[in-house]
Amino acid sequence: MPSKHNSKGKEIGRREFLLKTAATCGLAAAAGTWGYVFYSKEPVLRSDVKIYTFKDYRTEEKKTYPQLAVVHGHDVEKMVRAAIEKIGGMSRFVSPGEKVLLKPNVAWDRQPEQAANTNPAVVAAVVKLCLEARASEVWVTDVSVNDPYRCFNRSGIEEAVKKAGGKLRLTTENDFVPTDLKGESLKVWPVSRFYHQADKLINLPVVKHHSLSKCTMGMKNLYGSLGGQRNRLHQDINTSIADLASAIRPTLTVLDATRVLKRNGPTGGNLSDVSIEDTVVAGIDLVAVETYGLRFLDLKAEDIPFIAMAEMRGIGTSDLKALNIADINV
Amino acid sequence: MMDKLLTLRNIRRIYAVFFMILFVLLLWLTGFKRMKGYETALFLELDPLVSIASFFTSWTIYKGLILSLIVIIGTLFLGRFFCSWICPLGSINQAAGSIFNKLRAVDTVALNSYRPLYRFKYYIVAFLMAIAAFGSLQTGLLDPISLVTRSFTVAVFPGFNHNSGWLYLKQPLFNGGTFLGVIFLAVIFANRFLPRFWCRAVCPLGALLGLLSFKPLLSIRRDVELCTDCKKCLGNCHGGCDPHAALRTGECHLCMNCIEDCPEGALHYGLSKPSSSVHIPLDVSRRRLIESALAGAVIFPVMRSTITSKTSPNSRVIRPPGSLSEGDFLRRCIKCGECMKVCPTNAIQPALLEAGFEGLWTPLLINSIGYCEYNCVLCSRVCPTGAISPLTVEKKLGKAAGQKPIKIGTAFYDRGRCLPWAMNIDCIVCEEVCPTSPKAIWFETVTVPLRDGTRKTLKLPRADPNLCTGCGICENKCPIRDQAAVRITSIGESRSPANQMILKS
Repeated sequence: MPSKHNSKGKEIGRREFLLKTAATCGLAAAAGTWGYVFYSKEPVLRSDVKIYTFKDYRTEEKKTYPQLAVVHGHDVEKMVRAAIEKIGGMSRFVSPGEKVLLKPNVAWDRQPEQAANTNPAVVAAVVKLCLEARASEVWVTDVSVNDPYRCFNRSGIEEAVKKAGGKLRLTTENDFVPTDLKGESLKVWPVSRFYHQADKLINLPVVKHHSLSKCTMGMKNLYGSLGGQRNRLHQDINTSIADLASAIRPTLTVLDATRVLKRNGPTGGNLSDVSIEDTVVAGIDLVAVETYGLRFLDLKAEDIPFIAMAEMRGIGTSDLKALNIADINV
Repeated sequence: MMDKLLTLRNIRRIYAVFFMILFVLLLWLTGFKRMKGYETALFLELDPLVSIASFFTSWTIYKGLILSLIVIIGTLFLGRFFCSWICPLGSINQAAGSIFNKLRAVDTVALNSYRPLYRFKYYIVAFLMAIAAFGSLQTGLLDPISLVTRSFTVAVFPGFNHNSGWLYLKQPLFNGGTFLGVIFLAVIFANRFLPRFWCRAVCPLGALLGLLSFKPLLSIRRDVELCTDCKKCLGNCHGGCDPHAALRTGECHLCMNCIEDCPEGALHYGLSKPSSSVHIPLDVSRRRLIESALAGAVIFPVMRSTITSKTSPNSRVIRPPGSLSEGDFLRRCIKCGECMKVCPTNAIQPALLEAGFEGLWTPLLINSIGYCEYNCVLCSRVCPTGAISPLTVEKKLGKAAGQKPIKIGTAFYDRGRCLPWAMNIDCIVCEEVCPTSPKAIWFETVTVPLRDGTRKTLKLPRADPNLCTGCGICENKCPIRDQAAVRITSIGESRSPANQMILKS
């Protein structure tokens, strides 16, 4: 009995044979090309990633203005305005059309009264000043320790920034780019790309106690530019802070000492640890601002190794007596 | 024109699409940023299987679950409308079924005829309800609303975000997420072999609604005098309920397709006429039903004789704050995953077998992924059954006079892995991030000799068990990433009178 599967193929002609041979040769050539192009001694294909470096955000130095402005008062916006006015006004720092990045401390899911984050009124005042100086955009960012949505919302900074006309830029995992900090302990580290997109950087730290570094202010606030496993920085905290301050040179630092967390920092959480100091300090010299802020925590520059390290590296001066400080009340 | 568009079939389609969108929208809203008092667990609250089964386990109809009366009473009057008009999983299955099967009319007639296989779901519901009557809530394993909520939370949303980045700031990760995703895909893929296989043969909610619609007031009726036995009514039948013969009311989803497809106008939805065909109310074998219930009765004591978090506390079973004691928790948790969706740090994860088989897919905290945000009580707010009972921030933190903060566990140091303790390296990140005031993690400053003979001043961290709430941020932020040097275990959790260690606190 013949097979059931008995349909027969056609006999192949010359023309068809040539066509088929050509097609098979074509496929074989494609396979060969594929092997030639992709042959590699590496097991994984790696493309070179661009390594960024920080730009210098500072503007030209002018001796005509005091180096530090210290303002005491109760109306935060007025205090910030007066402080910036004293050191030359925002137009000295921000040119029309520039993108300005503000870096407040928004690390914790805490309310403004608990003083674990920068006072929202300080942030809002700086946003307004930047917009008045005709900045094209004012971005406010931080890499929070707690859930960023909660931190920005409950610190009051989200609402204050939106009202003032600024933009929140929350950092997602895709927003970090490798950046060379060229430091002693910090080399290439993931940094929020907003730092590379902005033209100017304004550092808005708050004064707080910290168990390991004793204090956290403007220099340690720069931690918030980093992603990755930054919890390792504690292992050499003084060098790490000095490295950050060397790598990132903000245009301006406005230190919020309206409420100061004196104990149980940097998280706080108890109002009895908060002292009302009603002061704002503004200046370009981060080390000088930092040194001035130490008085709120009853510390001296000699107690803080990273201040000495930063001074050694020529980032600024801790000798407040040599500086022209404008101390005013509003 | 309007007559042609606003057919019964299209009205049903509009409802199905509306509820599908509402379901996704409500789940999307389930988060700190967007949840502003919306009834985010609405679908779970409408689900009679949740309310009836949890009534059996704990003799209460908890808060929003009373909404399920809308569906229960509606079904008594109208029939099993929920399945093709409201149920998101029903809509997904229906869509999948019509995409996967493009067949000749003769095949769809075969596919959409009633099969004895469809009795299986009644045995499943008998089994689950028998276990529930003894006090173990396992309906969540197969309840379609729990299943679809859990699958979207654990698999669909995270998968979508992985490709687009639109839904979350940080890509969520879930314990056994692939497993849940594959189960969901399998449910969808079953439609390739038999349209709405899940709804017709497996779904315990469908079975429960089938039981409730044993004799609905209104139903699809076939006029035997007009009918020519062409079987065109089977072409698009959702339920497989035999509208061409004696309609099986328990299987009919009221999809209305048969009415639209009948060339003779022999079918209508409403009261019966003298010429209407008879109905078959429920086709199950009583013997099989009793067998299934008995299987439940046998399996219950077996489940309770195994090692679970209740019989022997498990260090890894850290329940969200506000959770009931383990026994009551298992009486209430339907494994829906709402708490996992809302958790801002992704700490709440579906359990595998950590809490025993009964605790499969129930929530527990994995601190290497996230931690319990100190001021957050969202998981307790979205829980539809009260397994996690509602908290205020004040209550969680024990702010009121005479109250203690809610503890979900206690931190322990693994001194052999801790940088300052074991390797003389500065660290105390744990102390920095500890959210209580005063901090539960404190340190002692000591001077220790180093290998080279020099001395170094170090801060050695310790945990105060009386202040620690077990939030786990110390474990989460510890630089020893693979197995942190400070870890939370469930001991000392407020919800358990048994899982305690300290005599006086």
